Amino acid sequence: MTEKKKYMTVPRESATFDKSTMAEIRRAADTGIYDIRGAGAKRKLPHFDDLLFLGASMSRYPLEGYREKCNTSVTLGTRFAKKPITIDTPVTIAGMSFGALSAYAKEALGRGASAVGTSTTTGDGGMTPEERGQSSKLVYQYLPSRYGMNPDDLRKADAIEVVLGQGAKPGGGGMLLGQKITERVAKMRTLPMGVDQRSACRHPDWTGPDDLEIKIKELREITDWQVPIYIKVGATRTYYDVKLAVKAGADVIVVDGMQGGTAATQDVFIEHVGIPTMAAIPQAVQALQEMGMHRKVQLIVSGGIRNGADVAKCMALGADAVAIGTAALVALGDNDPKWEEEYQKLGSTAGAYDDWHEGRDPAGISTQDPELMKRFDPVEGGRRLANYLRVLTLEAQTLARACGKNDLRHLEPEDLVALTVESAAMARVPLAGTSWIPGTHTF
Amino acid sequence: MSTKSVAESVTTSGGKQTVDLAQQTVRELNQALHDQNNELTIAEWEVLNPKGEHNLAVGLDQKLKIDIYGPVGYYCAGMNKEADITVHGHAGQGIAENMMSGSVRVKGNASSAAGATAHGGLLVIEGDAGSRCGISMKGIDIVVKGNVGHMSCFMGQAGSLVVCGDAGDALGDSLYEVHIYVKGAVKSLGADCIEKEMRQEHLDELSALLEKAGVDEDPKAFKRYGSARQLYNFKVDNASAY
Repeated sequence: MTEKKKYMTVPRESATFDKSTMAEIRRAADTGIYDIRGAGAKRKLPHFDDLLFLGASMSRYPLEGYREKCNTSVTLGTRFAKKPITIDTPVTIAGMSFGALSAYAKEALGRGASAVGTSTTTGDGGMTPEERGQSSKLVYQYLPSRYGMNPDDLRKADAIEVVLGQGAKPGGGGMLLGQKITERVAKMRTLPMGVDQRSACRHPDWTGPDDLEIKIKELREITDWQVPIYIKVGATRTYYDVKLAVKAGADVIVVDGMQGGTAATQDVFIEHVGIPTMAAIPQAVQALQEMGMHRKVQLIVSGGIRNGADVAKCMALGADAVAIGTAALVALGDNDPKWEEEYQKLGSTAGAYDDWHEGRDPAGISTQDPELMKRFDPVEGGRRLANYLRVLTLEAQTLARACGKNDLRHLEPEDLVALTVESAAMARVPLAGTSWIPGTHTF
Repeated sequence: MSTKSVAESVTTSGGKQTVDLAQQTVRELNQALHDQNNELTIAEWEVLNPKGEHNLAVGLDQKLKIDIYGPVGYYCAGMNKEADITVHGHAGQGIAENMMSGSVRVKGNASSAAGATAHGGLLVIEGDAGSRCGISMKGIDIVVKGNVGHMSCFMGQAGSLVVCGDAGDALGDSLYEVHIYVKGAVKSLGADCIEKEMRQEHLDELSALLEKAGVDEDPKAFKRYGSARQLYNFKVDNASAY
């Protein structure tokens, strides 16, 4: 007779070595190479969901939702440019390259953005006619690789964005693996077809903020001081970076938090470098205010913006506008459950698919495969994006009116409270129901 | 900035326009040159007293002939198209950066990043060039009569770099398809850059480049370097090279 076991232990997974962690260890052991993927940080981070608005009641006077106007337009580049850009909604489309995305997807971004009077941004790899043709306001990125960089396109741009970094990979360069270096992409980037393109993380002809000041003047001279010049940084030492960007002569500063997406980079980079978007905004605003440049040098914030509440919260913290990337792709149809069967075949699932660098996107967006590209209709994609942008704008207006503001830019930190101690400290607004802002108030 | 108009900022003598930067601003110079982009009315220009000013003659898009008498600062002739520009002096960082076509000649030395990312045209440096000469070049031809500094032609993609003197450390690191010719010593080669056989087609190419640059050298005295193409696609066995 066998001895009966008295006590059964329930199998217990390690919080440290969870399934995902152990799967990654096995994958690394199998392949000998780090995991590369697209999108932004997937870990749980302090984010805008941890903030709430204080709507008006007795002490504040709200505005009527359908009768009283709430301005959403913003003018960017008022510091030096002869022709600043005015956008009708403060939600812009972030830089995403042709190469990472199909030409149709870029066209759809242009169509959607133009329909609501906002701007799109090129990306590593240059400007395509599809994008310029469909984008009424196009920001031309000036990147370390300078792929496809030419003065004719520079002069066609409505603004120039000097990219120093990206929230998904501050300190890292671009990456576009061989599967997506088709003949057209290779030609635009002057690369052999099929190479794994790893572009530089530093600009080739300047090395610090003093040099950058001269570089920006060169760009202004080439464009006869017509268009605004943005500086984009990944969110890390944001307070100092913003001060240096102002000194270097930026008209507009773009701060991209670690939730911001990328077409491809190492997972370890995405998850472990940078700071959350919410933590970066107060640093940037403080830097601008100390220099007397808040609202004179406009601040665009990106990284994990999903809805009108996120837009309104960014603006309440002091941003002049926001940029969206991942959310725009989702609006176009990325990760749509209708492709679930194919996501499964790729070892993923709708909502989690992030191997954008492999060029096998079932939705036909982050690919250069002609057959997959045919699945995506740029006109329909543009319509969907325009709808989504309108919703973001309406939602932000709703919240602003509730706070008694007739302009989105009148939202202020005083309109916000935080749900957690962490978010209160990062956003520098009081913990809900208290007057306590950790880090600024002493006990 | 001076309130003087662009038209007043230049003087004409014998069909050549003169801009004196002791009297006029860089903005006025560049605007006067850009005004030629749409319609060429004045083809020859000379610039006096540059005194190391940055961003001179940038963004040109016309068949102009420009002589700059004196040293220039950063990014002179940046993004040049069509124009032929001669600097009668030394040049600061990024001379002819991102040039598309035309030519730039520096009678003296050039600082770092000469010809950086340039897509086309000819850059001739009659003296030495500093570090990162031809970094990320994308089709330009660069001929240096003297030496080049370290990391020259880093991530060079297309075009040719001819060095009549010596090359510093890590020449051609992470090179793509640039043809590099060096007459003198190479201190070290960068990752994935190797010496290659000099075949007749390369002697012909080099001979044409030297002739175009007005440099009297024997092509047979040069060695050719190029990409081993081992790092074009990531292989874990090459991890130590990164």
